[in-house]
Amino acid sequence: MSEQKVLVSVQHLKKYFPVGKKQTLKAVDDVTFDIYKGETLGLVGESGCGKSTLGRTIIGLYPPTDGHVVFDGQVMDGKQSAAVHKEFTRRVQMVFQDPYASLNPRMKVMDIVAEGIDNHGLAKSRKERDQMVIDLLNTVGLQQEHANRFPHEFSGGQRQRVGIARALALNPDFIIADEPISALDVSIQAQVINLFQDLQKERGLTYLFIAHDLSMIKHISDRVGVMYLGSLVELTTSDEIFDHPLHPYTQAMFSAIPLADPELENNRKRIMLHGSIPSPVNLGPGCRFAGRCPYATDRCRTESPAFKEVAPGHFVACHQVN
Amino acid sequence: MDDILNVKDLHVEIKTHHGIVKAVRGVSFHLAPKETLAIVGESGCGKSISVKATMRLLPSNGRISRGSVQLEGRELISLSEREMLKIRGSDIAMIFQDPMTSLNPTMTVGKQIVEMLKAHRKDMSAADMKKRAVELLELVGISNPEMRYKQYPHELSGGMRQRVVIAIALACDPKVLIADEPTTALDVTIQAQILDLMKELQNKIDTSIIIITHNLGVVANIAKRVCVMYGGQVVETGNVADIFYRPQHPYTKGLLSAVPKLHEKTDKLHTILGTPPDLMNPPQGCPFAARCSHTMKVCQQYQPPFTQFEEGHTSACWLHDPRCHLEEGNSHE
Amino acid sequence: MNAKENNINANIPQELFVPVQVDQSERERISRPSLTAWQDGWLRLKQNKAAVVSLFIIIVIVAMALLAPIFSPYDFAQTDYSAIYQGPSAAHLFGTDGFGRDQFTRIWYGTRISLLIGFVAACLDLFVGVTYGAVSALLGGKVDAIMQRIIEVLVGIPHLIIVILLMMVLPAGVGTIIVALAITGWVNMARLVRARILQLKGQEFVMAAQVLGTSQKNIILRHLIPNTVGVIVINAMFTIPSAIFTEAFLSFIGIGLSEPKASLGVLINNGYAVLQNSPYLLICPAIVIILIMVCFSILGDGLRDALDPRMSK
Repeated sequence: MSEQKVLVSVQHLKKYFPVGKKQTLKAVDDVTFDIYKGETLGLVGESGCGKSTLGRTIIGLYPPTDGHVVFDGQVMDGKQSAAVHKEFTRRVQMVFQDPYASLNPRMKVMDIVAEGIDNHGLAKSRKERDQMVIDLLNTVGLQQEHANRFPHEFSGGQRQRVGIARALALNPDFIIADEPISALDVSIQAQVINLFQDLQKERGLTYLFIAHDLSMIKHISDRVGVMYLGSLVELTTSDEIFDHPLHPYTQAMFSAIPLADPELENNRKRIMLHGSIPSPVNLGPGCRFAGRCPYATDRCRTESPAFKEVAPGHFVACHQVN
Repeated sequence: MDDILNVKDLHVEIKTHHGIVKAVRGVSFHLAPKETLAIVGESGCGKSISVKATMRLLPSNGRISRGSVQLEGRELISLSEREMLKIRGSDIAMIFQDPMTSLNPTMTVGKQIVEMLKAHRKDMSAADMKKRAVELLELVGISNPEMRYKQYPHELSGGMRQRVVIAIALACDPKVLIADEPTTALDVTIQAQILDLMKELQNKIDTSIIIITHNLGVVANIAKRVCVMYGGQVVETGNVADIFYRPQHPYTKGLLSAVPKLHEKTDKLHTILGTPPDLMNPPQGCPFAARCSHTMKVCQQYQPPFTQFEEGHTSACWLHDPRCHLEEGNSHE
Repeated sequence: MNAKENNINANIPQELFVPVQVDQSERERISRPSLTAWQDGWLRLKQNKAAVVSLFIIIVIVAMALLAPIFSPYDFAQTDYSAIYQGPSAAHLFGTDGFGRDQFTRIWYGTRISLLIGFVAACLDLFVGVTYGAVSALLGGKVDAIMQRIIEVLVGIPHLIIVILLMMVLPAGVGTIIVALAITGWVNMARLVRARILQLKGQEFVMAAQVLGTSQKNIILRHLIPNTVGVIVINAMFTIPSAIFTEAFLSFIGIGLSEPKASLGVLINNGYAVLQNSPYLLICPAIVIILIMVCFSILGDGLRDALDPRMSK
């Protein structure tokens, strides 16, 4: 996998939010990783771990506090030229979490999907634009007659597909999918996941797939990154992370997923974490997981572990792993 | 009468400005003492409305148009609101999805438990109530209960709040505990803690539990019996092993294969095409007919009857009808 | 279990047990009719009986205010000293006042003035308030902070004091009243619009527009404003009756419009003076103003329920 071309390189990205007068919330704290062309990188973590903020910072919705993203060789640090920025906007798209909130309730599906086409002047005439929208709707399994309806008339799964069509309209190379299935029902989740996979095959897309459903992440991703309180704690291939998780948090999280198999479910051993996730505001020194970690030592509580490669392509941030 | 709760042929209608939604269309289920029944289904399939109707907690635009709900042989549908108030909380208690909205933010955790006791256990003294509240907090695994007793909900984490909600629900030793998506708002590691707690509590105090969820993993973890709902109706019922290893209804089968398995590598997930029916104009025949891959003419016109497989395992599908196999005998696979 | 049902099931002909192909497009079909947000809101409003009745009464009152003075045989200022303080009769439906002027004509003329004041004040509120609120929310940061402090100061000064001071400085007349009302009235609108836009800015569809490279101008015009209209309309519905009432109050305490001009406030003031002998001079304009106030409030409430921009379902 290492010979592959790096499409997106996230370098020491930080995003802090001020909370009140003196405190800061370190939503994303010094995260570095690469995404290869044509792969799906899954990003998991519990709510509030900063995974959505990371996605939004990469795409430029939030200006980073520090660090930058390199996209296809171009440094996107806020100083890039307008033309480069415009090309970045076309080539990098996002699919959002909430199928209800991500579509403007006052716009018809036709105009929602066509928004990017209009912005980038991709269609020469009104007719071409409408035809492009209809083709996109067909691609995501919707029909022409859906184009003149308003979002509130659609079911959750249909809306999410409208959101995907909107992202595809610009013919992007890289799509950040921010929990695109967590608001959907099981049977609909599978539809959307398959759609993502089909599109990837047809168009050679690269995905950053953010989710908290580990079994879905494992299913769709080539590599998986695990986030905990703003930091990336582990990153490796999806088989490796499932078969040999090294970080104690990853281990605990995998053992906690309820499996849809009663016998397995009743006979497996769980690593129970005690305590709850601390607030990401004003964290002390040391490893962020130390408070809940069954193996924590004094070193863990005082010194922050580095994110290092312990095996080829397997990165972990933990003092206990060598 | 050995069932503690028996719901028969429940019909619920919800009035909206577009028209009347037939949210629940003839749902029956029963709950044995100390049993955990899981009701699974997609959003809008009527699972939540069914149990809310059972507790007579429907929104003001909803009404039970037909059916019976018996708690230990006592009919609940015909009771007055006043009598229902006595039953809710003391005989049947409910846990909701979002622990933050089901707790009162202006009252300490302990006080909220005491309020519940005050409403249903009028004979208890104030000191006893406080003692009981601390015991309950300890029971649901909250460390340092005396200190937590004096804290407000916002001082607790999400998992801790859900524990408090469970403590309140258990305050009056309910015979039936209804949990509506109790872990959906929680993270996996916390979800595992809460599920463990619920199982542990059921062993300690003999309560029957109905858990509503769309997460099949949660069902496999906690339930003894399962009711699968679709389009306002129950399509399949059986014990956990029946449903997971010997599913009969095409919807149940589809649902199970739509979940990726952690231990196996699948190339492509099985999907159920289409979207659930609009219950404003419910289909005349089987609710699943429009999405099923084995649809027959009969499915679109008549509602299928229940066919019994193992003891207590029933499924409503025309494929189980002998006439279906007479016709072709070879195809279905 | 159910004998009758079993019987029906047994009688289903064998021919029906054959597989059919379900059309894929049928699976994605949306059975509900296509409705815009406004049509949806209207459907909801129609369910609210009180709001519909209020809307009807408002339409009747507006129509009367526009048409009655035109078709009436009398002029609102035309005096007739041969017929003063006449009770209601066929010639003068609501009687005549101390100058023999036809009360019916005067009431609808007064209603016209009152409604004019209400509508124009609401429009000015809307214009100033929406602009101020939108600018404050969109620019954010320091500008927003300063603009909000200004609003807080304005809220701190009692409305009526500003209005009364203005009325004393400026020449009496409809224009002055409207200016006085608009100067204080827009604050509420500005706050609501600001809150709504701030809320919308965090919504995913606005982020989606940003990601798609939509210009700031189009984000405001196509995403933010259309979703704020509901809030604006609802607030305007509450502004109109409050402007009408403030005008009536000013006229009643004697610093509003002056004779022979009539607004509902002026008429009530005049009627109050002769309450003992000619109660109808007070009662009729009072009923009209009460109807206007109550109906606008009920309609405003109804609109709030109907247009409340809850996006789900």
